[in-house]
Amino acid sequence: MRLFHFAAPNTFYPLAGKLAPWFFGLAAVLCVIGLYIGFFVAPTDFQQSEAYRIIFIHVPSAWMAMFLYVVMAFWAGIGLAFNTRLSSMMATAIAPTGALMAFLALWTGALWGKPMWGTWWVWDARLTSTLILLFLYIGFMSLQAAIDDPRRADKAGAVIALVGVINVPIIYFSVKWWNTLHQGASVSLTKSPSMAATMLTGMLIMALAFWMYSIGAVLVRVRAVILERERRADWVRQAVRG
Amino acid sequence: MKWASLSDFLAMGGYGTFVWGSYAVAALVVAAELVLVAHRFRAARAAAARAPEPLPERD
Repeated sequence: MRLFHFAAPNTFYPLAGKLAPWFFGLAAVLCVIGLYIGFFVAPTDFQQSEAYRIIFIHVPSAWMAMFLYVVMAFWAGIGLAFNTRLSSMMATAIAPTGALMAFLALWTGALWGKPMWGTWWVWDARLTSTLILLFLYIGFMSLQAAIDDPRRADKAGAVIALVGVINVPIIYFSVKWWNTLHQGASVSLTKSPSMAATMLTGMLIMALAFWMYSIGAVLVRVRAVILERERRADWVRQAVRG
Repeated sequence: MKWASLSDFLAMGGYGTFVWGSYAVAALVVAAELVLVAHRFRAARAAAARAPEPLPERD
């Protein structure tokens, strides 16, 4: 198997086009199942009543925001180290979806915080570090947009992405390291989950749905980025003119 | 079925504004991203189709 066969834009472009609809389809199916479990199977919470049902989008979007940042920094770093075109294009394509997830985590968190804590926002370690994550995504995108030469934009963006990756473990461990208003992890690798099994199932299925959606959106966007940057290449002419 | 009626479901135990406000905005931004990314792809494809003669291979 040629591992790097799809590492070139001209081979990855058609592959991404074939895969994207499958990821969107999977995302839609998982979303329907996850929301059905979340709203019709999972019980009312004994402390938070029905307000806790925000969890089915809050936790998946927060996880995706952190995960996508690490993936973005990974590809940006590979692009910086090995000067591989597609890696940097992947980083560029991931950033807007990551920013969307960070925004959703903050938005749903505010709408959950208001009824439970009595406030939309506090400068708590978890909330503040997640806001910084959103700013890192926006900074990465603005910096790349401000530099005309794409290869220089890649390099500058990679520096932000790599420096900012330190923020991800800070977000993750913030509820342990500081005394935060935000509750501790409901799901962790070392303890059994502190929530009802059906709640957990619904949340994990929604997390998978968000995952599939993000992959689909990034694949379509990376196709657009490939075309934007390589429009003069011979294979692009053949691909777009049929 | 745990909900007695549709209005019971929509009320979400009194937290309807917060729960549906979360889900509505999530649906909205996801829909917006899908529209924007599809538009960006179509625009890039159209621009590539209009692009001048290709440069010689550099690699």
